[in-house]
Amino acid sequence: MQISFTLNGRPTSVDVAPSMLVTELLREHLNLTGTHIGCDTSQCGACVVHLNGAPVKSCTLLAPALDGATLLTIEGLQGAPGSNRLHPMQEAFRENHGLQCGFCTPGMVMTAVALAQDKGVLTEAEVRHGLEGNICRCTGYQNIVVSVMAGAAAMHAANAGE
Amino acid sequence: MKAFAYHQPGQIPEAAKLLAAEPDSKLVAGGMTLIPTLKQRLASPPALIDLSKLPGLKGCTDNDATITIGAMTTHAEVAKSSLVRARIPALAALASQIGDPSVRNRGTICGSVANNDPAADYPAGVLGLAATIITNEREIAADNFFRGLFETALKPGEIITAVRFPVPLLAGYAKFKAPASRYALVGVFVAKFRDGVRVAVTGAGPGVFRVPPMEHALSQGFDPASIAAIRIDTDNLTSDIHAEADYRAHLVTVMAKRAVQAALSERPAS
Ligand SMILES: Cc1cc2nc3c(=O)[nH]c(=O)nc-3n(C[C@H](O)[C@H](O)[C@H](O)COP(=O)(O)OP(=O)(O)OC[C@H]3O[C@@H](n4cnc5c(N)ncnc54)[C@H](O)[C@@H]3O)c2cc1C
Ligand code: FES
Ligand code: FES
Repeated sequence: MQISFTLNGRPTSVDVAPSMLVTELLREHLNLTGTHIGCDTSQCGACVVHLNGAPVKSCTLLAPALDGATLLTIEGLQGAPGSNRLHPMQEAFRENHGLQCGFCTPGMVMTAVALAQDKGVLTEAEVRHGLEGNICRCTGYQNIVVSVMAGAAAMHAANAGE
Repeated sequence: MKAFAYHQPGQIPEAAKLLAAEPDSKLVAGGMTLIPTLKQRLASPPALIDLSKLPGLKGCTDNDATITIGAMTTHAEVAKSSLVRARIPALAALASQIGDPSVRNRGTICGSVANNDPAADYPAGVLGLAATIITNEREIAADNFFRGLFETALKPGEIITAVRFPVPLLAGYAKFKAPASRYALVGVFVAKFRDGVRVAVTGAGPGVFRVPPMEHALSQGFDPASIAAIRIDTDNLTSDIHAEADYRAHLVTVMAKRAVQAALSERPAS
């Protein structure tokens, strides 16, 4: 079947089998390998993307669900327009050592960005509750929580400055 | 995953017809349970019938005595609904504790109710509030709907369109999460109505059930102390890698007390 959607701001149209998962579509057909597959069983959150602005697990999403939708992947995150900078949440992960191997990071960042957009400045409890669906095997989470709080504050400050 | 045909009907009768046409085909709502099942090849339906294009299945409405939640309303939408938070905050709180944010953005109330996982949260809310399950064919009282492990009163080809909840005087939900899955090891929903109290337990056994001795005691005095000494029988409880039946029985009393406490200090879920 033919599906049309907006992918990281660009109109996209592809022919897919209805049983194709969005992870496979992104990684194998659209060459967007930033979306990772950790568990493939809906547990780990390495595959989180934003579907119409809301974080979802793309390993548990069939391609037909994209038809007519807006999809944002980690590749579509950007810093200030024209600046060629990292997104404030990515910058915060770098500054605060919020990653080690980096495998979980795209999903962490996508979940964190949505959380910050939803709630503004975040408390530690909100961050921990919000990251329940994202697993990291390296960091012990401490620095991820610090990163997300810092990233949310930076996003909030950037918005206030606009 | 085996290949399947994919239908996106625009009207409920059309969806019912498609479902009847191929007996093993499956409805798909949020897919958060169905897609993992397909991946594991525990099911290989010839066709999926996607409910997302059907009109009128999303959102929450109310009248004097009830709130009705459309089948395709996601857990995130229920958790955020100002209507649900104002009138049955315990139900919004229940929805806000399901899985994680990504699961809540896709998973739907009726997918959960139709699936009737023994550790799912909604069955406790639906049974505890004496809700009515509305299908394309009839209305079914919660007391007659849940039939044990993944079994419900739904007939093949029946589609749930909404759940209607009576608004209680007070209600509370307390869940002891299994730490890895976040499903309920034990979850207890307590609701106080003018004509009595209902207590529904999920996670503890092969399906959601009520606890009449607790309901009696709480109807006499709606206070955690009223049920502190009531311990449920372990006979029909689950023992597995996560917890022995004994421990689950203990948790039922603890969670029921917490649910009553939550109901007494009820405020909109944050
Ligand atoms: C990582 C993870 C954690 C989770 N944690 C929890 C948790 O803590 N608590 C909890 O309660 N649940 C949890 N869930 C399950 C989640 O709530 C699911 O969303 C829910 O069980 C199914 O809803 P769905 O809309 O995704 O249904 P689907 O997966 O689309 O469908 C499930 C079943 O219901 C049938 N169905 C769907 N809609 C209808 C309808 N309207 N009429 C008739 N039949 C229908 C389908 O045919 C299918 O058989 C979790 C899931 C995941 C992946
Ligand atoms: S790969 Fe999707 S949740 Fe793990
Ligand atoms: S940094 Fe390695 S899994 Fe999180």
